[in-house]
Amino acid sequence: MFDIIRKSLATGIVTTDYPQTPAEVASQARGWPEIDFVKWRDARPAVAACPTGALACVDGGGTRTVKLDLAKCTFCGLCAEADTAIRMTNACELAARRKEDLLTTARYALGPAGAQGKLVATQRSPLATQPSNLDSIGTELKARIAKVLGRSLHIREVDAGSCNGCEIEIVGLNSPVYDIERFGIHFVASPRHADMLLVTGPVSRNMELALRKTYDATPDPRLVVAVGACGCSGGIFGQNYASLGGVDKVIPVDVYIPGCPPNPHALLHGILMAIGRLPEK
Amino acid sequence: MNILPELQPALADLTERFEGRIEAVHAPRPNEVYFHAQMELVPGFCAQLYKKWNGRLVSLFADDARAFAGQPSHPSEEHPPLAPRTTPPAPIPGAFHIYYVFALDAAHGFFILRVPVSPAQPEFISLTNALPAVNWQEREIQDMFGLKLEGHPNPRRCALHDDWPEVCPLRKDFDLHTVLPPFTGERHKFREVEGEGVFQVPVGPVHAGIIEPGHFLFSVAGEPVLYLQIRLFYTHKGTEKLFENMPVTHGVRLAESISGDSSFAHATAFCHAVERAANVEAPPRARALRTVCLELERVYNHIADIGAIATDVAFVVANANAMRLKERVLRLNEQLTGHRLLRGMAALGGVRFDWGAGQIEAIRQCVAWLRPEFESLVRLIRESSSTRDRLETTGILKPQTARDLGVVGVAGRASGIDHDLRRDFPHAAYDRVSFTVPVYQEGDVLRRLQVRIDEVQGALSIIEQMAVNLPAGPTRVNVPTPPANRVALGYVEGWRGEIFHWIRTAADGRLARCKIKDPSLQNWPALSEAILGNIIPDFPVVNKSFNLSYSGTDR
Repeated sequence: MFDIIRKSLATGIVTTDYPQTPAEVASQARGWPEIDFVKWRDARPAVAACPTGALACVDGGGTRTVKLDLAKCTFCGLCAEADTAIRMTNACELAARRKEDLLTTARYALGPAGAQGKLVATQRSPLATQPSNLDSIGTELKARIAKVLGRSLHIREVDAGSCNGCEIEIVGLNSPVYDIERFGIHFVASPRHADMLLVTGPVSRNMELALRKTYDATPDPRLVVAVGACGCSGGIFGQNYASLGGVDKVIPVDVYIPGCPPNPHALLHGILMAIGRLPEK
Repeated sequence: MNILPELQPALADLTERFEGRIEAVHAPRPNEVYFHAQMELVPGFCAQLYKKWNGRLVSLFADDARAFAGQPSHPSEEHPPLAPRTTPPAPIPGAFHIYYVFALDAAHGFFILRVPVSPAQPEFISLTNALPAVNWQEREIQDMFGLKLEGHPNPRRCALHDDWPEVCPLRKDFDLHTVLPPFTGERHKFREVEGEGVFQVPVGPVHAGIIEPGHFLFSVAGEPVLYLQIRLFYTHKGTEKLFENMPVTHGVRLAESISGDSSFAHATAFCHAVERAANVEAPPRARALRTVCLELERVYNHIADIGAIATDVAFVVANANAMRLKERVLRLNEQLTGHRLLRGMAALGGVRFDWGAGQIEAIRQCVAWLRPEFESLVRLIRESSSTRDRLETTGILKPQTARDLGVVGVAGRASGIDHDLRRDFPHAAYDRVSFTVPVYQEGDVLRRLQVRIDEVQGALSIIEQMAVNLPAGPTRVNVPTPPANRVALGYVEGWRGEIFHWIRTAADGRLARCKIKDPSLQNWPALSEAILGNIIPDFPVVNKSFNLSYSGTDR
């Protein structure tokens, strides 16, 4: 007993101050891929290198439309290896309320031999300009939910077919380093006690019914956060005979947290965004 | 034919004993020998390997090779048969193939028996009555390929849940993107357990903790568990089918998502298979870096499990400390590979990132910090008598049961199964480091905890041995696209146990088949045995002491 107390005193406080302080990620960490659209000459090698289809291009009518979908991106960095116009940043706080906000589109005039000509237009994800974005809460309903749940939140985690990678990082939220309970947020054992469902996985066919039942068992008002590339879009598994291709194929989603898996900072950022508790910057 | 000398006696014995019935023998690699025969040879051949040569049936799977109709059943030009045959193999019409992979640990080699199953008579012989270890694998073949099992004691569905329509997802004529009707009806008809005072406790698939989904049905009389039925495959995502539908390079990334806690081990096993198919070997520095990453994966998972086992007997201080240690390792992973779970590091022909002096110094510092911290954590647990009381004699898996079920990895070594691919089949750079394989006979939760403690200490030593002595040179070589119809077995001792990836190549740099064998698939049935007679409140700690992957099992 005394040994335990002595050890705890000797260890001291190890909890991060995030989000008051910036996310503690290594400079080598791979986050959001930044594309220099003006410099970009040919999207095709990077598109071919992308294992999930997060980077895709369509040619037609003399133009090429390129899309970067963070909902599908696993931040593997293979596109940046294939093309110097792409640079991997270590930005990880990428949660968004709308899936469209995770999408960046660029349109080029098509040059000779399939190269890209002039950049015609880009529609950048709002995350590009304010990576840690704090968009105002959309509807009144959302405001009400934040008011009801904002000061204390109970979360039920649902694995709807994930590889367990997201679970490793979600478990990390309960560690003394991230200590999610300092926000009054608590993981609970039953959806009946929960205000929020934190759902991972592409939703396997075998988990669809269980996810629906869990959602139905969660009392209103409730929030749903889709976690990880799989939860946001199906990720590398996509849509196939056994995988439905994302949480929003089955139940409505309030916040999307990209990443494969998102690190604990990114998870905290997304959860705090969902309840409108991010500090003003 | 170039074969390991240690394998020659077994090879000579088999060819002599089954003379005339073995149609072809070829060894694409010195430690990987294929035997082609007809189905009727399976029981005798397997029994001989099992009983006389101590072979372990480590993987059993099917392959839809019907498209190769008209070809001889073996690539004879490349690998001429060893023994003269009485009758030359007739070019058989395209067939399904069933593969039986035996590991001969003492001889450091694999013997693989391949038998055809005619599409006209889609049946195969069950070995489960003699070898309970293959129960689930046989049923998975039946589900995924529509090949009927003959003589299986419980031939019900395993991989596909009961409401699935009659589909065979791994047949070539089944499209990956087939849209099936949504789930309705019954998942599985469980066995009824009746008696005075007997009742049933269903748990899952959505569990109380932050863990993966599966269903457990306990039959209890009072507190003790009489019978545990486990229903898995809730996270089946079509992974093996998906491998056949993407370029091999993308397959490396998919392999990282087979089981998140074994991202690097699975991806490396996959790379190993492809490299062997292409007859290239990763350069020495790459193999050393792989070794360090595999051990880092072992360290962070074992520390997390040690903490979780403590939590499950209400010793949360130990878990808080374990999580703190684990976080330190995850941050080191991020510094070394750009990813906390080591994703993105694996690559065909080596590894993607080389490490500079700063990163190697970071490894050294982390190990130096971790060693006393870990010792302190172990002391905390060891000196808590109430914790020891909950762990000792809980969830016993007897060595004989472990052998019958073919239990591998941590759980096996805690029950007297002295196998470790790092020692018996040295891959990566395990031939360049010294380590011991901890083995205990008692098979309880305490010993599974102890194996982990020993292996963390061993892993830290391996990391240190590697880091001070990293070979110079490139970290990656080019892997040429292997020609179609090559077969290769890749293997890695992951932190949980042995991982096998078997591939058959297709044209244009794709795969015709990728069979993934996670140690969890082998070990799950052992949990049903270990929990018998224990009380339900001890189930979490028994389960955690195995810590099997659902996603790795379900794929």
